[in-house]
Amino acid sequence: MNWEDDEEKLPPSQRPEWSDVSPLPQDDGPNPVVPIAYKPEFAETMDYFRAIYRADERSPRALQLTHQAILLNPGNYTVWHFRRLILETLNKDLHQELDYVSRIAEKNSKNYQIWHHRLWVAEKLGLDAADRELKFTEKILSGDAKNYHAWSHRQWVLQSLGGWDDELEYCRQLLEEDIFNNSAWNQRYFVIMKSPLLGGLQAMRESEVKYTVAAILANPENESPWRYLRGLYKDDPKSWIHDPQVSTVCLKLLSSGGTTNHVFALSTVLDLLSHGFQPSQELREAVEALNFTGSRPDSQESIGLGNVVCSVLEHADAMRVNYWRWRKSQLTM
Amino acid sequence: MGELAADKHVKYILAVEKRKDNFESAVLEHLRMNGAYWGLTTLDLLGKLDAVDSNEIIEWILKCQHESGGFAGNVGHDPHILYTLSAIQVLALFDKLNVLDVDKVSTYIAGLQNEDGSFSGDIWGEVDTRFSYIAICGLSILKCLDKINVERAVNYIISCRNVDGGFGCTPGGESHAGQIFCCVAALAITGALHYVDKDLLGWWLCERQVKSGGLNGRPEKLPDVCYSWWVLSSLTMIDRVHWISKEKLIKFILNCQDTENGGISDRPDDAVDIFHTYFGVAGLSLLEYPGVKAVDPAYALPVDVVDRIFFSK
Repeated sequence: MNWEDDEEKLPPSQRPEWSDVSPLPQDDGPNPVVPIAYKPEFAETMDYFRAIYRADERSPRALQLTHQAILLNPGNYTVWHFRRLILETLNKDLHQELDYVSRIAEKNSKNYQIWHHRLWVAEKLGLDAADRELKFTEKILSGDAKNYHAWSHRQWVLQSLGGWDDELEYCRQLLEEDIFNNSAWNQRYFVIMKSPLLGGLQAMRESEVKYTVAAILANPENESPWRYLRGLYKDDPKSWIHDPQVSTVCLKLLSSGGTTNHVFALSTVLDLLSHGFQPSQELREAVEALNFTGSRPDSQESIGLGNVVCSVLEHADAMRVNYWRWRKSQLTM
Repeated sequence: MGELAADKHVKYILAVEKRKDNFESAVLEHLRMNGAYWGLTTLDLLGKLDAVDSNEIIEWILKCQHESGGFAGNVGHDPHILYTLSAIQVLALFDKLNVLDVDKVSTYIAGLQNEDGSFSGDIWGEVDTRFSYIAICGLSILKCLDKINVERAVNYIISCRNVDGGFGCTPGGESHAGQIFCCVAALAITGALHYVDKDLLGWWLCERQVKSGGLNGRPEKLPDVCYSWWVLSSLTMIDRVHWISKEKLIKFILNCQDTENGGISDRPDDAVDIFHTYFGVAGLSLLEYPGVKAVDPAYALPVDVVDRIFFSK
């Protein structure tokens, strides 16, 4: 496929190979309110596309025309649809098609049509495409590390075509670049849970807890690692409340004073308490020290401490005061 | 700030619906069906649906239907589940569902269900929980839910549930407010909300509210008016909307208005568009803002329209 021609952007009406085609204008109904007057090049390309599409002409020139139409408006799903029909009919080399999509995707990385077209091509190429697809999504993510489409595509590649070997390392890399990247944390969880090379959640838990605790200590206001930590104990609340690393990180943060954001640490303590965790005296005192609200625990029971935690949160996270009040009301169990 | 500039938004929507001669309308012409839904639902929520010629619109909608029963985004385009739902919803607004060959449309939608219960968007097979919602919402309005395997559809949605209580586009996909809306609404419509951990998800959702009062769609992302719909409708369906600060969110949405030319943008001072105008107004509806009709959080249509579908005759 020769892309240099397109850079010229000669409209179809000025090209001899299109002289046999009558372009079809957009049908806006019987009485369009205003005549179409947008960019002539755009209108003309689309008029020729409609003619070819109506005639169902699946030729090389038609393929070329879809290329131009896509360059002008990559969101037009009908053009992509017709392009696929042509590719199938002409039995085109789909490796070249991946090259083509890579070029278009650079400037349109959030376009649903492009991503699905890519998946359609990769699926046809099968295992061959795995490496290339991982590299492609990596490239897109290097420009926008949270691109939902890219992550979704990457997960599909791993599950359908393989390539798990370096995925955990890739997550580590991305998190090093931005520890707040929730997509990378999600991918990390995906790898821990689904990679056939790692042994599953139980096997990985110890090392993952260490990793996560370090991330939390670096940025306690970061929502993602707290949720990740909780997720490592999915369906196993007993281990959750008995792992000293969990209560220790909360204690460390709550005792540190200063301007550290305590909200997630406090809500984790609350979660632990609600699962039967027995707090140490140190932890009690650390929480109490944050309590400027005047409410006092009426007993040494966990409910009392939970109450204090909620009171502190009602102030520290005032936007969600109704949530913390509700949590408090649930403590009587 | 201060108030909802309802009249300006109505004028803006009517102007956009009429304009076919600018580049923006050309580039978006393939999704005009969605645009019609966003614009017309907003007009109805503001009590101004009679400002448009319903016959002209219905005529155009029917021209967008294909042999297969599905609807395209505009005349000359291919059918897709996205535009099929918008077509159904717009006809519902006008109380003209009776112009449909219900059997034909519902067969098209049902035909897009896959073995594992998921739904594809069209013949090309893209799978996403958005399409699960669209199929279930559309078939429910047409009263043809029995045409699909509801149990499998629900199971697929549950397989997309994450440990944080949220849902992604496919199993393992990151929890995202837009996908969460789709999954929760689909589960609500099929009577399967008990599969949602409402407390856990409610907390995840209320954590979307950031300092400015706006809502984001995932942790550490920027707020955007469209999440005022997706997060809020989800919270409403699971009965936890009081967990966010309503006043702060109202303020955020109102700040996203262009009070001179009408329309609402994704965040303050950005360019407006129909999409965000709809989501801003729908969000205000859920927040019970005066002068805006009540909207159904699952069907994303005015409550009186939904009542008419299910409770009349």
